Amino acid sequence: MSLAFRDVACMRGGRLLFSGVSFDLGPGDAAIVTGPNGVGKSSLIRIAAGLLAPFEGAVTCDADKALLTEASALDSDRTLIDALRFWAALDTAPAPDTRIAHALSALDLDALAGIPVRLLSTGQRRRAAIARVAASGAPVWLLDEPANGLDTVSIARLETLIAEHRATGGIALVATHLPLAIPHAQEIAW
Amino acid sequence: MVIALIRRDLRRSVSSGGATLVVAFFLLVATLFPFAIGPDAALLARIGGGVIWTAALLAALLPVERLVGPDLEAGVFDQFVVRGMSIALVALAKTIAHWLSFGPPLMLAAVIAAALLNLSADTLLRVEIGLLIGTPGLAALAVATSALVAGVRGGGAVTGLVMLPLAVPLLIFGAGSLDPAGGAGAVKLLAAVSLVLVAGAPFLAAAAIRAGMD
Repeated sequence: MSLAFRDVACMRGGRLLFSGVSFDLGPGDAAIVTGPNGVGKSSLIRIAAGLLAPFEGAVTCDADKALLTEASALDSDRTLIDALRFWAALDTAPAPDTRIAHALSALDLDALAGIPVRLLSTGQRRRAAIARVAASGAPVWLLDEPANGLDTVSIARLETLIAEHRATGGIALVATHLPLAIPHAQEIAW
Repeated sequence: MVIALIRRDLRRSVSSGGATLVVAFFLLVATLFPFAIGPDAALLARIGGGVIWTAALLAALLPVERLVGPDLEAGVFDQFVVRGMSIALVALAKTIAHWLSFGPPLMLAAVIAAALLNLSADTLLRVEIGLLIGTPGLAALAVATSALVAGVRGGGAVTGLVMLPLAVPLLIFGAGSLDPAGGAGAVKLLAAVSLVLVAGAPFLAAAAIRAGMD
C-alpha cells in the first residue's frame, strides 16, 4: 500500500504552480504540504485524489482514498448521522455504523448526530466532514486545510485522529497553512 | 449503490417541493391556451394533445438547474470520483430519480389537462402512452443539460436555450403519435429518440461533470 508522486507538475489556467514534486508514502507515513495561499496546495491534494490530471509526471496509489476539501459534501437538509451514513454505505470498508459511531465520538460530535447539517456552525461542519473521512475506513487520507475553522481542542482531536490512523497503518497527506503537529511527517514545499 | 443514489435524489427532490411545482406549472401552461385561443371546444380538442406536449416540455425545464449544480458545488461529485464510482452511472441514477419525481406526476396531471382541453378518451390514451415513452428521454436530457450549464453564471437562462432545441424531436414524435391514422410510426420513432437519449445522455453528463471539475 502506497501513495507516490513522481516528478508531478501542475498547470492551472496557463500558470505553472509547481513542478518536480516527488514523494513516496508507505503504511504509517504522513506528508504535510505547507506554503502560503495560492501556491497550489489544494491542487496537489486534488491531483492525489484523481480529480485533476497532473500536467507532468505520474501519481500512483493502490488503496482506497478519503478526501476532505473545503466543501463538506454532506446534505444540508439531513441529520448529521444520516448524511454520514449515506457516504459510509458507499465506502467499501465493512461495518459502517461502527465506523461512524467511532468517528463521531472521536470528534466530539455525539450530541449533534440528530441535528440537520445546515444548522451546524462552521467548525462543527468541518469536524463533521473530518468524521466522514474518519468513518470511510480508507487507508489513504487526503486532507485539504483540515484545521480551518477549528478551535484548539478540535485541532488536538484532529491530530490524535491522524496519529491513530497512522498507527493502524494508514497514510495521511495533509495540506495546511496552519501549524499542525504531525510527528515525523515529510515536509513538502516548493 | 445505484439504489442509494436514487433514494438520495428522490428525498432531495421531495424536500425541495418535488413534483408539486412541476405539476402546477404544467397545468398552468395547459390552461393558458384556452384563455389565449378562446372557448372553441372543437379547436381545443384538435390542438390539445400538442398543447399537453408543449406544456410537459416547459414544465420539465423547471427542476433542471438543481439536478447537478448543487451537488457539484457541495463537492458531492468529488467524493464519487474519489471512491472510483462511474460518473456516467451516477448520471443514470440521477436520470431515474428525476424521471420518478416528474414523469408519473406529469402523466396524472395530463388527465386533468385533458379534461380542461376537451380531449377525447382515445387522444388521452395516446398522450399517456407518448408521455410514458417520451418522459424518460426528457429526464435524461434534463440531467445532461443540468451538467452542461452547472458552472455557467446565469445558467438559468441558458438552460432553456440548450435543452428545448434538443427536445424538439421528442415534441415532434410525441405530438405526431396523436394522429389516429399515422400515429404508430411516430410512437416507434419517439421510443427510438427516447432510448438514444437515455443511453447516451449519461455519458454526455459525465463528460460535462468531469470537465467542470478541472
